Amino acid sequence: MTTARTHGTLRRIFDYSARADPYPLYAELRQNPVAVHEDAGYVVSTYHEITDLLHDPRLSSDVRNLSRPMPALEEGVTTAFIKKDPPEHDRLRRMAMRHFGPPHTPGLVAGMEGDLTSTVNSLIDDFAGKERIDVVDDFACRLPVTVTCHLLGVPREDERRFHRWVNDIMNSVDYDPETDPKERLDKGVQARKDLRRHLGGLVEQRHGRPGDGLLARLANDDGPDGRMTDAEIAATAKLLLIAGHETIVNLIANGMLTLLRHPQVLRRLRHQPDLVVPLVEELLRYEPPVHIVPWRAAYSDITVADTVIPKGSQIMLMLASGNRDPNRFHDPDRFDPDRRDNQHLGFGSGIHSCFGAALARRETQIALTELVRRLDRPRLVADPPPYRPSPVLRGPVHLDVEQGGD
Amino acid sequence: MTSAGTPRAFKRDGRVVVVGASLAGLRAAEALRAEGFTGSLTMIGDELGEPYDRPPLSKQVLTGWVRAGGTTLPRRRGLDAEWLLGVPAGGLDLATKHVRLADGRCVPFDRVLIATGVRARPWSVESEAALDGVFVVRTREHAESLRRALAAGPSRVLIIGAGFTGCEIASACRERGLPVTVAELAAAPLTGALGAVIGDVAADLQRTHGVDLRCGVEVTRLEGDARGRFRRAHFGDGGTVDADVAVVALGSIRNTEWLRGSGLAAGVWGVACDTGCRALDVSGRATEDVFAAGDVARCPHPLYEDRLISLEHWANAVEQAEVAAHNMVSAEADRRPCLSIPVFWSIQFGVNIKSVGVPTFADEVVVTQGSVDDHRFVAAYGCRGRVTAAVSFDSAKWLHHYRRLIETAAPFPPRCPMPDQPADARPVPVGLPGPGLLAQGATAVVTGRTRVSAASGPCTGTGGRRAG
Repeated sequence: MTTARTHGTLRRIFDYSARADPYPLYAELRQNPVAVHEDAGYVVSTYHEITDLLHDPRLSSDVRNLSRPMPALEEGVTTAFIKKDPPEHDRLRRMAMRHFGPPHTPGLVAGMEGDLTSTVNSLIDDFAGKERIDVVDDFACRLPVTVTCHLLGVPREDERRFHRWVNDIMNSVDYDPETDPKERLDKGVQARKDLRRHLGGLVEQRHGRPGDGLLARLANDDGPDGRMTDAEIAATAKLLLIAGHETIVNLIANGMLTLLRHPQVLRRLRHQPDLVVPLVEELLRYEPPVHIVPWRAAYSDITVADTVIPKGSQIMLMLASGNRDPNRFHDPDRFDPDRRDNQHLGFGSGIHSCFGAALARRETQIALTELVRRLDRPRLVADPPPYRPSPVLRGPVHLDVEQGGD
Repeated sequence: MTSAGTPRAFKRDGRVVVVGASLAGLRAAEALRAEGFTGSLTMIGDELGEPYDRPPLSKQVLTGWVRAGGTTLPRRRGLDAEWLLGVPAGGLDLATKHVRLADGRCVPFDRVLIATGVRARPWSVESEAALDGVFVVRTREHAESLRRALAAGPSRVLIIGAGFTGCEIASACRERGLPVTVAELAAAPLTGALGAVIGDVAADLQRTHGVDLRCGVEVTRLEGDARGRFRRAHFGDGGTVDADVAVVALGSIRNTEWLRGSGLAAGVWGVACDTGCRALDVSGRATEDVFAAGDVARCPHPLYEDRLISLEHWANAVEQAEVAAHNMVSAEADRRPCLSIPVFWSIQFGVNIKSVGVPTFADEVVVTQGSVDDHRFVAAYGCRGRVTAAVSFDSAKWLHHYRRLIETAAPFPPRCPMPDQPADARPVPVGLPGPGLLAQGATAVVTGRTRVSAASGPCTGTGGRRAG
């Protein structure tokens, strides 16, 4: 199971030079569905094994179950449900979901469609006449924080600050002590503090004042599980802001890039807007925003593909590799918006599957539909475009597109 | 070989008759066309109207959220079929290859699919069953009549039988704020399907939601007033309950009477098949041109000692329909078996109950995750030291893991520490009422040895409509 080759393969995947096209390396990795790596622990790269693990109750998301603990960015801070196990995870996620989706709040995402469409179109209005635009900076980056702020019920005048905090935090996630100025890390740590404090203040103001936003609903919840503490509400809101930012930015940018590389699909989408629904699903398989679940902990010994993963081990799940596994998907390297039976791992799977999936889908569907409808003969300026450093949240840092002209 | 010759010739211009136009029949017909079958396709159904979905009839239709007429099954493709609706099949003649309808018409076939399903078991005393206010729920007409009766605001609803259907109806009544009494012969609800341990949880769930649950009682008589309206039920222990509505939820009867004398191994337990959905004859041999799918079929499963199991599960109907259709148009070497692990779901009292595997194929059960008191848990079922099933209450996302345990015959009880494990996770006897599945033999039920003569009267075409 352990070979020098898979060792080298994982290292090459993490090397920046692989960012534009890690897929051939994933294929190499899949030769060994479960491989051991000195830094990453057990690396799992095939669809069925990843799916089995994501549904395995012996897999823990609690860092305390790792035998080799990881350094924490912030000490003594309330963690959100993404880093918790049942029953605590279930309780917190259930309380949040009560105000976000069915069965208790079935119409929420549908009710946001008007707002989403006008937000998307006002962003497009800003660059409609320009010959060259950057789909990332001019569009994708400006969308999710605004949408999540509306969802939370953050006052409009605060939105600018939220954008800055989320940006500083995202910049610090990629922090490399060897090449990056320490200032980048410090800014991120400070932004986390400021964001948490500000959210805490907003929650406090909403006690006893029921309103439409998620913060107000959580602060005044009278559901069967009781009410979250203010710190839990702030942690949940922070999770939605951060987890819902770069993922959507990447999904939209990857989507536009994929469409520009498949002009016949782009044309189809323009004439057949309903295509966007299966198209976004295929996008989540073909170019997912989250390539890797960096770690989970083995709560007890787990056997996967004849490999025993001992208790306390770190497990890395290569979601984007599973999405290209020929044992699960026919012709996996083909972008096919008509693909059937497309149970991709774009939103993960199991109890930690993406909380905001319904909103992410609608946000991306509307963004791509409107971009394709309104851009005039868009053309890629550089292929491949420059990528962000992260192999985990993978996507272009800029996506320059030319439009109009002759 | 069949009268249509080679598989390729059959696929091009063979004649297929599907008896039963509900979920299994419709999905099989669609699958036949998807497989490239271009011959003639005839759908026979005893109910009028488009094929419809039944799970909502005991849930959303009764609460009024979905109209009874609003559960028509989505069509996945055009069928180009001849629909003979409103008349049940009356007989099957394998020698001349005809399905005889109850009105005497005969429909010839090269291959036939039996998908006649089940019907609700009626109250055993006919005059009492006929009282105004006594209902069963199987068809959309049933569901619509009951919905109307519930909407009228009865003083109390009595539900006789606490299987899944009875429990779901009780839940719908409570959602409407109606007083409900549930009478069950066993010691707890759902015991026949899930055993006594989970039955106790279901009982607690019902009482928490205000159901007047009476277990271990037999309803002996339904009493009406002078105008023939149901008013009171009498119990075996001498007690009574006054109510305006009684719902008889005592399970189902397989629609196999029409196969009597056909030479097939068909009877009260269903139509015996091989794993490829080919019907067995009375000698236990697989027939070449007769297939069965859905609630009426009884197929062996290698994970359950090849016992013939009939499952009234939605997913089972869909899978068998697809396998049967595939095998009908495939050469022997290309045929495939129906081997997926059964799954089942129910929604009652706000809880999503889901199972994987066959919970009745078990001797012990253990709660592996979550909390029984919170009505949120997973229980694993084991038989002679291996995992055979799992049931979840509001924890369905874990069932993938248990399906893998079942597929790999993992040891029972599962002995791995995991987060959210109950402190006192000890296996206990499953508490299924006997004789359960384990007591049943694995052979075909040999019935109908006497062959009846060929269809009565001359067969002169079908006179059906072409639609879809």
